[in-house]
Amino acid sequence: MDPECSRLLPALCAALADPGQPVADDTCLEKLLDWFKSVTEAGSSLQLLRDSPCLVELLLQVPQAPGLSPRVLAFALRLAGLLAAQEACFQFLQGELLSGLFGEAGPLGGAAWMAPTVRSGWIQGLRSLAQHPRALPFLAELGALDTVVALQGDSSLFVASAAGQLLAHILGLALGGPAEGPPGPPACDWPASAQAVVGHLEEALSAATAPRATQALHVLTTTFGHCHRPWTQGLWARLSPLVARLLEKDPVPAAHPLVDLLLSVARSPALSSDRGWWEMAARALGSLRPAHAGPLALGLLTLQDCPQALSAQAFAVLLQPLACVLKAAAQAPAPPGWPAGPEGDAAAVATLLSSRSACVGLLCQTLAHLELLQPLPQRPAPWPQAPLLGAVLTVLRFCNGSAVPAPGSDLGGHLCAVLAGCARVQRAALGLLGALYEDAGPPELVTQVFAVLLDYLRSPDSSPTVLKKAFQAALQWLLSAPTPPGGCAPDPPAQPFLGELLPVLQRRLCSPCWEVRDSSLEFLTQLAGHWAGQAGFRHALLASEVPELAWQLLQDPESYVRASAVTAVGQLASRGLHATPAGPECPGGPQKGVLPELLGVLAADPEGFPRRAAMQVFARWLRDGHAEAADAERFVARVLQAAGRDLDWEVRAQGLELGRAFLERALGRPGPPCPDAAAAPEPAAPAAQALRAACRVGLPEFALRALFDCDRPVARAACALLLLLRDQAAPGLSLPEAGPAVAALEAALQRWRAGEQAQPPGPLEPEAVLAVLRSLDLEGLRGALAESSDHVERNPQSLLQDMLATAGLRGDNEADCY
Amino acid sequence: MKLYCLSGHPTLPCNVLKFKSTTIMLDCGLDMTSTLNFLPLPLVQSPRLSNLPGWSLKDGNVFLDKELKECSGHVFVDSVPEFCLPETELIDLSTVDVILISNYHCMMALPYITEHTGFTGTVYATEPTVQIGRLLMEELVNFIERVPKAQSASVWKNKDVQRLLPSPLKDAVEVSTWRRCYSLQEVNSALSKIQLVGYSQKIELFGAVQVTPLSSGYALGSSNWIIQSHYEKVSYVSGSSLLTTHPQPMDQASLKNSDVLVLTGLTQIPTANPDGMVGEFFSSLALTVRNGGNVLVPCYPSGVIYDLLECLYQYIDSAGLSSIPFYFISPVANSSLEFSQIFAEWLCHNKQAKVYLPEPPFPHAELIQTNKLKHYPSIHGDFSNDFRQPCVVFTGHPSLRFGDVVHFMELWGKSSLNTVIFTEPDFSYLEALAPYQPLAMKCIYCPIDTRLNFIQVSKLLKEVQPLHVVCPEQYTQPPPAQAHRMDLMIDCQPPPMSYRRAEVLALPFKRRYEKIEIMPETAVM
Repeated sequence: MDPECSRLLPALCAALADPGQPVADDTCLEKLLDWFKSVTEAGSSLQLLRDSPCLVELLLQVPQAPGLSPRVLAFALRLAGLLAAQEACFQFLQGELLSGLFGEAGPLGGAAWMAPTVRSGWIQGLRSLAQHPRALPFLAELGALDTVVALQGDSSLFVASAAGQLLAHILGLALGGPAEGPPGPPACDWPASAQAVVGHLEEALSAATAPRATQALHVLTTTFGHCHRPWTQGLWARLSPLVARLLEKDPVPAAHPLVDLLLSVARSPALSSDRGWWEMAARALGSLRPAHAGPLALGLLTLQDCPQALSAQAFAVLLQPLACVLKAAAQAPAPPGWPAGPEGDAAAVATLLSSRSACVGLLCQTLAHLELLQPLPQRPAPWPQAPLLGAVLTVLRFCNGSAVPAPGSDLGGHLCAVLAGCARVQRAALGLLGALYEDAGPPELVTQVFAVLLDYLRSPDSSPTVLKKAFQAALQWLLSAPTPPGGCAPDPPAQPFLGELLPVLQRRLCSPCWEVRDSSLEFLTQLAGHWAGQAGFRHALLASEVPELAWQLLQDPESYVRASAVTAVGQLASRGLHATPAGPECPGGPQKGVLPELLGVLAADPEGFPRRAAMQVFARWLRDGHAEAADAERFVARVLQAAGRDLDWEVRAQGLELGRAFLERALGRPGPPCPDAAAAPEPAAPAAQALRAACRVGLPEFALRALFDCDRPVARAACALLLLLRDQAAPGLSLPEAGPAVAALEAALQRWRAGEQAQPPGPLEPEAVLAVLRSLDLEGLRGALAESSDHVERNPQSLLQDMLATAGLRGDNEADCY
Repeated sequence: MKLYCLSGHPTLPCNVLKFKSTTIMLDCGLDMTSTLNFLPLPLVQSPRLSNLPGWSLKDGNVFLDKELKECSGHVFVDSVPEFCLPETELIDLSTVDVILISNYHCMMALPYITEHTGFTGTVYATEPTVQIGRLLMEELVNFIERVPKAQSASVWKNKDVQRLLPSPLKDAVEVSTWRRCYSLQEVNSALSKIQLVGYSQKIELFGAVQVTPLSSGYALGSSNWIIQSHYEKVSYVSGSSLLTTHPQPMDQASLKNSDVLVLTGLTQIPTANPDGMVGEFFSSLALTVRNGGNVLVPCYPSGVIYDLLECLYQYIDSAGLSSIPFYFISPVANSSLEFSQIFAEWLCHNKQAKVYLPEPPFPHAELIQTNKLKHYPSIHGDFSNDFRQPCVVFTGHPSLRFGDVVHFMELWGKSSLNTVIFTEPDFSYLEALAPYQPLAMKCIYCPIDTRLNFIQVSKLLKEVQPLHVVCPEQYTQPPPAQAHRMDLMIDCQPPPMSYRRAEVLALPFKRRYEKIEIMPETAVM
């Protein structure tokens, strides 16, 4: 321990033990515990106590101090547990101290126990303490187990959850044993503490009330989730009949934690080979209500080694709600390729679908599960792509009122009423539809996909979030549409869709709702990025008003929309698809170039988002060699000039990125991906040219100004850029003599760094730049900047000082203001 | 207790309730869809309309070619437009004691009832209903009277002739009862019989029945009515809205515990969400104007236009439409815009609060002040001097058969740059456009109907739990075009009783108690 900390600790302990002293807040106590944890992990706890007897004093005084804050009490309990985690220290503290803290003599029986913080501290203290076999008899002596079991039902969820975890931990500690091997001793030979815990679990699982079963299931889930030792097989063998009995009840109690337990067992390498378990899982799929069977089915399907039959059953359960929807629309047997589910399940699902809230919840859950399952390699094979697409389209049609229910189908009528205009289901279905693009499907179905997407994009009733999902799905299906080799247009049915999309996009770009304008612009950007090379698309886009509307949206009152418009216009311009800027606002007016317009945004937009978007566009232009950036020096000089004055640190940081791209280009090769990575020096001549080019665009001034930026990310980026400049652009150049100009510059930099001079350095000559770069300790700066900004305040000494200051024991107020 | 159903139009109802020896007429809506069978009345001579060919029967009889004209395969009556009146034969209307008016759209047949049936009773309505109803009637009279048409076609109404005509003329009902528009004098006389009432005001009718208007949330001053005796309660729900627009919100609580709830005036476009339609309206408007085209919005001079102007106020700058002129043309435009600002007590809470600031409750005042919105009584006069294109014109009538809108349809119809946007749901836009075909201008249908939809009705009925629901037959089955949409009908238990035009319904209502007072002298005897 730091000598200064050792010096401060007694005063702090005294302050903590004094009920009359103001107590530091929870955050400080947490930090203090973190520090003690790091100290005990690094060395002996016993030594710590010997070096700092004040800690023992504190732990002894705390139980006896009336009126002590519950926070300090909880802190002491946790600290004691932390120290006693080492067996030697445990022995040292055992006796009056630990019993006084954790036993009846401590807060357990007193008024302080009413505070959830104290109960939580008590549990966490024991949880830390229970790291060695000697802890078990101690717990038994205290009679702690019964208290922990009772705390599982605590009114505070944190306490209840911690109690469950402590029980699981005690079980693991008691049964211990090797990581692999035989299942261990039979249950009757288990240690007493393990027997006691298991006895509690058995009792809870047999109890008639769901909350008690839930507590036991949570403990088992934690146990099997964290411990894969052989003894877990014995535990499961002993308790699984009780779990199976839960499944026989109707309705199944505590269904949600039961599903969690089953999946936790399934994922345990020690248990997954248990044949009985798979049978239980199959039974659970049949017994649980659809809302709970769905998550279990998904969990089973994501397992690597799920038996074929169970996987098929799980998939059928997962698809059951969609099967009912299909049936409600077509009154026909399940389509080919659709896994058959039991009739009983179908009836239960149909009943559930006919109630509004259950229907929406179940469909959203099913659609989300399928979206998760679709990209996984272990998804069921053959994957029923066509029927799934059909089902999703049917759901979407029910949602927009275009589905025609099967004649005489009551469920169809109900679905019409329940799903019409339901944005939640629409979003979930469009999400799945978007995910299904990878496997495409029969052409007639793909045609239907585009038709339904167009309906949603056109519909005035589509909410902005639904519309965004529809745009995303449309983009995915468009990107997956096959293009004939060497062809200039995508294959049908994407081609007619693309044609009909532009009028829709035009309308959406004029929407009064800014979210719609924003997502339309994002869609346009992505669309142009992908299809700009297609002659048909180019022609249609240029013939439409879309580019002009995108241009007009640069003036949108909403900053997010302006930012998206900047990105879209930048993308269109880079593909030669930008509009003639003269619009109805200034008919016949002079046409304005894209670069001046975006520079105008960078210089004048009052919000940061559009300016950041403009910088991103400029960086992309430079990297892609766009025509607007053809005269790279002039281009970069103008951008840096505008960005240098920006108040937004991200804009300044992006300015440095642009400068980096320029420098790498000037050096004639892409730069190293990591700013700190070393690269071989370049020949002197190109390096000199690069340096001169950098000086001409004002890059060194920009970077030097940024080096002392008050925003650390900017300063770090500037430091990295200057290192690159020094190491790459000037490695072979001889160091010029430090003339008076260089000395003046260095002095100016020093003053500027100290905040004495508001004006940044002016234009620099290459020689002066070289001299400054050599004289600056850039490596040192890089190290300093790599430290977090509060590294000084985060050290333990500072923490102790803060806490003492709060307690009023330090005359000078040196508390950190953070 | 009986209900006499005099109108077949579910949103323009006219029913008569006989309850405890009182005869109460519930609304007197005027079905104007009949005017769609007539040729438009152009304000300025239209060579196109004048030169339309006459229509003849296949057998060569040419006697109808003076009355009927053909335009793009449709046949129209070349005469002064006529309206389909409520039934006058089902019940002697001179016996009607009172007429309760729900909103200004549901009083347009009032002059026909009060001036031509021997009616001697009282009409009850709120002040905004009367004032705006007057504006609507004056506008209608003005639109029709300022284009006098000598010809009055009647031969085609002959039953033997009508059955030979093509649809929709062949299928038009009760054509013999169709009447020309009333005069301004009749309007004034009819309105003089109205007694103004306020929300929740209890009005005793002959000591037998008490009637009370409640806010219905649909339009300025719009009401539902409670008709109750000591032991019975009938609620009349007509044209109500739960959306937050400019009027006071709907009073639902007072409708609870009704023995009978007569439910009319639900949304005519149940599948169109008003918010989505407003979005569509502005998208289409902005797109057209940015493209250099003009936008025509056929509308009534009051109602949704207030909300559209308010949205416009919020949207105008963001959409880059600040330099585009917006014109509101109606003989009553000025009065309508001014009336809306003075009925503060009838407005929603937010707008009421503005009055105390003091600020005008509707932002169209600012649009007018800044010259972004200009209003004119007609296309003649000042408007022709100020007219600048591209522009947006709000004008009537939404049927496109009379009013200044006819002029703009003729003027702008030939260019595909222009757009006509239909926002009023009362008329089929395809039928409205029929006499203007072929038409190059774009047509956008954004019906904005804020009245209750079926989901809202379902919730309302669960909330207020009437013993019996009575409604037009159209509400008891899905719309014919969407026969599978079982959600687009009233679903309640017991199932609603339905009525149709010219039907008399005996309401399932047993009166078990009556409150009487016995004079002490009688009691002694």
